[in-house]
Amino acid sequence: MNDFLSLFREYNIPAAFWVNIQLTFWAAILSLVLGVILVMMRISPISSLRGFATAYVEFFKNMPLTIIMVFMVLGMFGQLKLSFSDNFDINFFWLAVTGLGLYTASFVCESLRSGINTVPLGQAEACRALGLNFWQSASQVILPQAFRGSVAPMGNTLIALIKNSTVAAAASVTTETSSVMSDMIEFHASQILQIFFIFAFGYVILIIPIGLLTTYLSNRLAVRR
Amino acid sequence: MNTQTNNSESAVLFDQPGPRGRRMIRIFNSVAAVLIIALVVAVLARLHNPPQGENQLSWELWKPAFDYEAWSDFYLPGLWMTLKAAIVAIIGSIVFGVVFGIGRLVPSRLVRAVSAVIVEFFRAVPELLLMVFFWRWFAFAGVSSPSYWAVVGGLVLYNGSVVAELVRSGVGNLPHGQREAAVALGLSPMQSLMTVEVPQALYAMLPATITQLVVVLKDTALGSIIMYTDLLQESRRLGAMYFNILQTLVVAGVIYFILDWLLSRLAERMPAVMQRRTWGNTVAEPTAPIAIMDATNANQIAAAHEPMPFGGAERRFHDHYHGSNATTDHWQHAHYSHGHDLQHPEVRARNWDEPLRDFARPFQTKPKNPAANGNVSAGNGGNGNAGAGTDHSAGKNPGTE
Repeated sequence: MNDFLSLFREYNIPAAFWVNIQLTFWAAILSLVLGVILVMMRISPISSLRGFATAYVEFFKNMPLTIIMVFMVLGMFGQLKLSFSDNFDINFFWLAVTGLGLYTASFVCESLRSGINTVPLGQAEACRALGLNFWQSASQVILPQAFRGSVAPMGNTLIALIKNSTVAAAASVTTETSSVMSDMIEFHASQILQIFFIFAFGYVILIIPIGLLTTYLSNRLAVRR
Repeated sequence: MNTQTNNSESAVLFDQPGPRGRRMIRIFNSVAAVLIIALVVAVLARLHNPPQGENQLSWELWKPAFDYEAWSDFYLPGLWMTLKAAIVAIIGSIVFGVVFGIGRLVPSRLVRAVSAVIVEFFRAVPELLLMVFFWRWFAFAGVSSPSYWAVVGGLVLYNGSVVAELVRSGVGNLPHGQREAAVALGLSPMQSLMTVEVPQALYAMLPATITQLVVVLKDTALGSIIMYTDLLQESRRLGAMYFNILQTLVVAGVIYFILDWLLSRLAERMPAVMQRRTWGNTVAEPTAPIAIMDATNANQIAAAHEPMPFGGAERRFHDHYHGSNATTDHWQHAHYSHGHDLQHPEVRARNWDEPLRDFARPFQTKPKNPAANGNVSAGNGGNGNAGAGTDHSAGKNPGTE
């Protein structure tokens, strides 16, 4: 028991989780903005924008996140010298956020698109009958309903994003949970199970409320048809 | 439904454009095309001339990423390691998923609870944490090639638990009649599950499982973090030799993309093939059942993907009765909250003033004595007599299938 508590004294475990939560938060905002733009492009009448958005989504959906993260650090920073800050830690953090955000945006776009598929065709036809143009009908009628229909897949995307934030280890963010766990096990090999369960339960505690909230909201906000 | 959504989504929001609309679209199209070309040119310019760096487009840097040695010594061995881990993980996760998926459906409460805890736990823990844990553990335990088994272990536990949920939701989404018919034939609940429901659920979930295989293949790349010499790790080594990591990563990325893209296309074609073998709904995306702790495994998306019965007529309720197993508890709440509209005029609410039907004389429905009705309804309201209690449960869901 004493060994167990000394783990907490020696390492700042909540701080490691806080790094992951920060990564998740900024990446979520970036991917939400990008995802909404992408889904608007994907349903727009302009074929070049549709093609661009489809290519973007297909590209990031079929690309491993790890390779994107490695590319952000070794390619973008190492070879192309794109950097956010002179401080290495801050720079790697924001490179990881960018990688996560770009990757997750394609999943946000797919979630919103499946939400749009729940909106009956009659809604769009009614918009056209009322004389609304594409922008008006998308922003005032279709997307608000699509958001309500896509709560469950968006919640899943958020859960996946929290878990994916550990892959920031590949972008040299050394203060996040998986790197800290790896270090801790290296120096406290006898307590490997306890260390693993500390981190695992940390994630269970983070994720289960989001899952419950998602399920509740997706029922609560569902559009009765 | 997939084919329908694919071609309808672009045509949902706008009409067939007229002459003015076509002109606007042409203008916007050219503006957008110019912007996209400008973006590509900017990226190429940056690659050509990065600040205090060398020209990334020069053939000196690309040649070592493409030549024979790169393929024979780096990419192909790395690809083989990636595929080796992916194939073993796929087989393992299907076995894990079927075992624990059935475990969540069997009649025994204890087995159900244990399976539920295991599945929910491994769905919530990030794969990388599992891999790091196994990697360190196997290394201490003296297992040979610890990073390989760590990658396989992490992939099996996470993806297996997703497959378990797919099995469970596949059984839950079968029509109720499948189980009823099995029970009517004298099969026990367990026999019905194993011989009637699960086989059909396996066909229904196969397309979604193939979509999950894309995830397995992508996540093998996590192995490079724990020093597994997969395709990503090999391309990093090659890049470190010739200082052309950007180029080698691009090649590795293209290989990953082609493999995943082919698997995705396969998953898109599967539902139509599999639909002939099952009464459940075959859907390609595994998004529906993944919200953690979702007891019902159904949401608006799943509802929107339902096929239309009776030659394409709109369903009166956009949900269908979620089968016998997955939603035994609180099924009525779930049914209601999916949009089963009790206010719908065609839903006949139970008329409590009607006398209880005497099954000895089934056609006598007209009340003989109006004064006696008041007593019966009062008895029902207070849930007083046993007869009213049993009828209450039977009459609660009027108009369901």
